[in-house]
Amino acid sequence: MVEAVNTYQIDTVNAMASAVKSMAKAASDWLTFAFDVPFARAVVFGVHIGGHLFVEGLLLVVILFLLSQKSYKPPKRPLTKKEIDELCDEWVPESLIPPITKEMQCEPPVLESAAGPHTIIDGKDVVNFTSANYLGLIGHEKLLESCSSALEKYGVGSCGPRGFYGTIDVHVDCEARIAKFLGTSDSILYVILLNFGDEGVHWGIQNGLYLSRSTIVYFKHNNMESLQSTLEKVTQDNKRAKKLRRYIVVEAVYQNSGQIAPLDEIIRLKEKYFFRVLLDESNSFGVLGSSGRGLTEHWGVPIEKIDIVTAAMGHALATEGGFCTGSARVIDHQRLSSSGYVFSASLPPYLASAAITAIDVLEENPELIKKLKQNITTLRKGLSDIRGLEIASDPQSPIIFLKLKQSTGSSSDLELFEDIAERVPKEDNVFVATSKRSKLDKCTLPVGIRLFVSAGHTESDLQKA
Amino acid sequence: MITIPYLTALTTYFSYGLLFAFGQLRDFFRKLIDWWHASNLQGYAPICLGLEDFYIRRLYLRIQDCFGRPISSPPDAWFDVVERVSNDNNKTLKRTTKVSRCLNLGSYNYLGFAASDEYCTPRVVESMKRFSPSTCSTRVDGGTTTLHNELEECVASFVGKPAALVFGMGYVTNSAILPVLIGKGGLIISDSLNHNSIVNGARGSGASVRVFQHNTPSHLEKVLREHIAEGQPRTHRPWKKIIVVVEGIYSMEGELCKLPEIVAISKKYKAYVYLDEAHSIGAVGKSGRGVCELLGVDTADVDIMMGTFTKSFGSCGGYIAGSKDLIQYLKYSCPAHLYATSISPPAAQQIISAIKVILGEDGSSRGAQKLARIRENSNFFRSELQKMGFEVLGDNDSPVMPIMLYNPAKIPAFSRECLKQNVAVVTVAFPATPLLLARARICISAAHSREDMIKALEVISRVGDMVGIKYFPAEPKKEQLGENRVKLE
Repeated sequence: MVEAVNTYQIDTVNAMASAVKSMAKAASDWLTFAFDVPFARAVVFGVHIGGHLFVEGLLLVVILFLLSQKSYKPPKRPLTKKEIDELCDEWVPESLIPPITKEMQCEPPVLESAAGPHTIIDGKDVVNFTSANYLGLIGHEKLLESCSSALEKYGVGSCGPRGFYGTIDVHVDCEARIAKFLGTSDSILYVILLNFGDEGVHWGIQNGLYLSRSTIVYFKHNNMESLQSTLEKVTQDNKRAKKLRRYIVVEAVYQNSGQIAPLDEIIRLKEKYFFRVLLDESNSFGVLGSSGRGLTEHWGVPIEKIDIVTAAMGHALATEGGFCTGSARVIDHQRLSSSGYVFSASLPPYLASAAITAIDVLEENPELIKKLKQNITTLRKGLSDIRGLEIASDPQSPIIFLKLKQSTGSSSDLELFEDIAERVPKEDNVFVATSKRSKLDKCTLPVGIRLFVSAGHTESDLQKA
Repeated sequence: MITIPYLTALTTYFSYGLLFAFGQLRDFFRKLIDWWHASNLQGYAPICLGLEDFYIRRLYLRIQDCFGRPISSPPDAWFDVVERVSNDNNKTLKRTTKVSRCLNLGSYNYLGFAASDEYCTPRVVESMKRFSPSTCSTRVDGGTTTLHNELEECVASFVGKPAALVFGMGYVTNSAILPVLIGKGGLIISDSLNHNSIVNGARGSGASVRVFQHNTPSHLEKVLREHIAEGQPRTHRPWKKIIVVVEGIYSMEGELCKLPEIVAISKKYKAYVYLDEAHSIGAVGKSGRGVCELLGVDTADVDIMMGTFTKSFGSCGGYIAGSKDLIQYLKYSCPAHLYATSISPPAAQQIISAIKVILGEDGSSRGAQKLARIRENSNFFRSELQKMGFEVLGDNDSPVMPIMLYNPAKIPAFSRECLKQNVAVVTVAFPATPLLLARARICISAAHSREDMIKALEVISRVGDMVGIKYFPAEPKKEQLGENRVKLE
């Protein structure tokens, strides 16, 4: 519509211009004729005035007049109030949630006691393979003792963010203890770990990466060549981006598949391409390495090479929350700019004291880790000859991940697993979990059954499984 | 809205300008000195670019001792603040073993559940022995205990909605729920002073975000009309859904939200209302049920109600309450529910016990007493401060009262002077508030007695005179004497 108007306008102007020009020509001809006759060669002020000069001056005036005309613009008409009202009335929003399908209806099983190696569901005692209680510290008396004394002393909540009197001395002690254990300079505690990538990373990391507004490039799960090629590409593309901070984000033991990251290779790559490494040790802290210091000990890499280590304490340490350690500079920066730290209340003090006790226990009893490793191997041996399923996780990881030998890659897989997961507690008193995915997750790994092995499991438990 | 006196604005700008200039000077010298010694970050980009942590290095570190003060006792009405010393001009602070007993005006302890409570604590310890401090697994895998189900029912009935869902941390609740409810093609309209967790959740969801002027329903209406008529930004397709996000009590202003008008407008334009009651649940309302009760809004009109347990219940965690379908859907798809460890069982028990005390179901009237006390305390404190001439923000009945400081130099002065006289206050500056509007925020609790408050008022008045923050003329006290004389006669 607008273009038509424009051409119409141009046509009009053209027509006007040509009409005027022809008129001017006619007039000039007539004038020339008229003037030439009487005083064709008059001289005024020493300038020859030929009749044609007069005509050209007139033409100039006409042209200037046309140029100074404003061009035609269609007037802007904002929507009237009545029109807005109509639009608002017509608009129908989607419902807040999509309709509930049958698969959304399933409820998780309800535990009636602590989630230790044995737990009670529906009055029956079952062997529990779903809690990430690797060192069997749930229900440990020392932990319970320290927790109850902390509860008596401090109450439950901490009633304030860290900046405003939410820092209780246990928090600072806990941070120092963790730092001492791992050998880094400092650490910082969070209430739940959502840190701010490998394709198999779990949703917390994905969300953190997305929120940090950085460009995220994924590489194939645990595939070092893919990592190398991606790093090459990225460094080549951004030659000018020397000032950009670049991170590789990996998990030590992947929650979604149970594999272990080859840290020595990653370190090599990182030093070649000048990236920083952010290592998530949620499932490997307290598990890997001969004294439980995690992936770095497992591979024999000094911990200063890793820039930031994050971990959730809800696994081996049997408390809730998470922490992040690294060099002092990084940690200090986080204290002020990490939104999860500044804007929300601090960890309840009894959980912090539980964490301290847990680390103490871990340091004093390294045989817990040995027992865990033994349990892992036993369980793997026992499970390796179930027909139809294969073990997809690394031999040393505490998460055993079973997937179908031939997966159809569709949702019927999930249903099959859920069937198995439901029947198993009823028939054999064993409690396992399927891996569930939120629809927001970008992970593309196949689904499977997950078993978390714990040092608390005895031989008989494992045989049952 | 806060109108800042002209002279104060001028002096504040001048102070910040001076600090900025000094900071730049020091940075310049630092760069020179660093150029002499080679840096050991060969090839790596520095973690923080030059100007990013300028504020931290040059402005915040000078007054670092006012923030992050460690305490060594529960955050009750009186608590022990650990003293810290610094050997290098406030860059690092070391704890000493000295503690000073101070009056606590800064913790979110509205109903006094922060310390161990006679009803709650024994039950909490028992539940911990039974269920252990953590479940070590997510809700769907094996982290749901009978305690969790009981807690959700309790919360749902307390808040007034059919069902509820509980998470381990309040911040995560907002950040993880908004992306599930709305995505690309939706519109989130949020109050300009909403909390950081809401901002993060809105950003993470991928929907378009628009802001309306703080607590102004007429502007909200204008924004809604404009955006519904225009549609999505470039394609002009109609929006998929619109969610309006407001808070019950705004933590930096102490104001209550104008909920009835906002709900009426949202209903008219078919938008969904999301109410974040982090500070108001348990603290306002006749029986502690939050702003809906206080302002007379039917809970069925608010589509999604969210809140945290850290403030009034003395525990930790957050909840979402809504219709049964909504909660069922969230259980199926919310990442915080599927991936994060469930709320710690003793914390859950604390919340259940606290709710029982508030409702009076434990057999005593402590709950009603606490609610009455916090209301009296807040109103008394606020009116006294206003009489003394301080500029106090917030509505009546709200337990949060910010006192305006404005000038950056007054922030550490106020904080340190109060600490010397054994009153612990919280001061807030940029980035939690706009640059010019620094303030000291007081949180009143039901655990404060009349004498505590009178002492606090005296100290604040003295320090206020010293620091010079009584921006309004104080009400003259001579009127009282005159009145007395009249009465005697």
